[in-house]
Amino acid sequence: MKLDANAKYRDTHEWARKEGDLIVCGITDHAQESLSDVVYVELPEVGDTLDQGETFGVVESVKAASDLYMPMSGEIVEVNERLEDEPELVNSDPYGEGWMIKFKPTNPDEWDGLLTGEEYEKAVAEEEG
Amino acid sequence: MSETLKRTRLYQWHVDHGGRMVPFAGWEMPVQYPTGPIEEHHITRRSAGLFDIDHMGQITVTGPDAEAYLNRLVTWDITLMADFDAHYSLICYDHGGIVDDIFIYKLPDRWFLAVNAANLDKDYRWMLDHTGGYNVTVTNISDETYMLALQGPRAIELLQKLTPTNLDNVPRFTAFEGEVAGIPTVVGRTGYTGEDGVELFFPADQALKMWETILQTGEEAGIEVKPIGLAARDSLRFEPSFPLYGHEINEETTPLEAGLGWACKFEADFIGREALLKQKVEGLRKKLVGFELVDKGVPREGYPVANDAGEEIGKVVTGMYAPTVDKYCGHAYVPPEYAQVGTSIKILIRSKPKAAVVVKRPFYTPAYNR
Repeated sequence: MKLDANAKYRDTHEWARKEGDLIVCGITDHAQESLSDVVYVELPEVGDTLDQGETFGVVESVKAASDLYMPMSGEIVEVNERLEDEPELVNSDPYGEGWMIKFKPTNPDEWDGLLTGEEYEKAVAEEEG
Repeated sequence: MSETLKRTRLYQWHVDHGGRMVPFAGWEMPVQYPTGPIEEHHITRRSAGLFDIDHMGQITVTGPDAEAYLNRLVTWDITLMADFDAHYSLICYDHGGIVDDIFIYKLPDRWFLAVNAANLDKDYRWMLDHTGGYNVTVTNISDETYMLALQGPRAIELLQKLTPTNLDNVPRFTAFEGEVAGIPTVVGRTGYTGEDGVELFFPADQALKMWETILQTGEEAGIEVKPIGLAARDSLRFEPSFPLYGHEINEETTPLEAGLGWACKFEADFIGREALLKQKVEGLRKKLVGFELVDKGVPREGYPVANDAGEEIGKVVTGMYAPTVDKYCGHAYVPPEYAQVGTSIKILIRSKPKAAVVVKRPFYTPAYNR
């Protein structure tokens, strides 16, 4: 499974990365791989304020619809509009062009509670038994 | 649910080549390969796809009364078929609901039926239960018969490299008995993708040889050909609006409701005929329609369909992102008054109403009908 060394993770398979004052977020390589081909991503509105763990959208693959969860609390400042016509970017480049949202964290301390790559990898291994 | 899943003779090949195995109709089948379902779909539409569909069943009917017996059982009038013709048909219950949808091949010495995997046992029992008064032998040959499909615009060109039979002389919806890759094979110019292509029936112990020879021959000839999983098989059959048993059709749905009246010949006295004629007079309660979303979202099986007033009027039976038509669309059953092309409906996607419109079926015209 590919990881982004600069990112932190949630056990629900989102990654978060610092970009200046903002947090960028998407789903992990492991998540896109298990979902299979992504065909639609429903994203929040810019300006929405969401709590950590709250749903910010839905990713739909050929297989199923899965909720997306906020890794930290924050206000949405940008969504990846390219995903509307190119949802496959989530599969081809999950940590890069397949990013989903950028938000301004309202409780920056939550960063410390996120999983490191190593911890996330372990969580995935446990989930798969 | 501790029932053991069956495996085809290509199971290990699929696993070794990254096939993602899932339970389907009592079998463990590849739902996709590393290529991915959408690309597998596109490869089949632009070149050729190879499908392991050995989970499907095959039944032969022989004997002096075979024709009369089968003509009672199936909705098509098989007395219209010449040797080596292949035809789609339904098997109905007395009440008009559907036992299964099948392909019938008329071979010189036998009738050959290809049936759905999930319905094989039910079909076979149904057929045996109706032999009374007929001098026929009905045989389930599924175990010893392997079934593969090779589909796509370059499928015939590829198959021609493996058979001495001139495929120019084998039109759509006919079959021949000959050799493919040196293996005795019944070849039907049939399929379930909306593309030209063939379905192959041959001795099961030759499965790996047939499979690998086709892939290798394609590679050597520069004809792009890939193994295709069940996910792409579903999107490939959905776009040309072919029904899938358990979704568009089932025992509570009649051919007329499913838009399959063309597969019923009322001149023949088939089981279910009276019920269907009665339904023709009384009118349909529901009708299968195609729809596409106007709003964004992915419709899925089971999602409710509503009218503009918000009243629930039906259910989605197949829904997906359709790769070739590049739209989010589906099949749904609605009352006839909502079945007209252009009618606005709503699909409730996770309880949120999304605007959709009834469109003409099929979404994709089969290559051999253009």
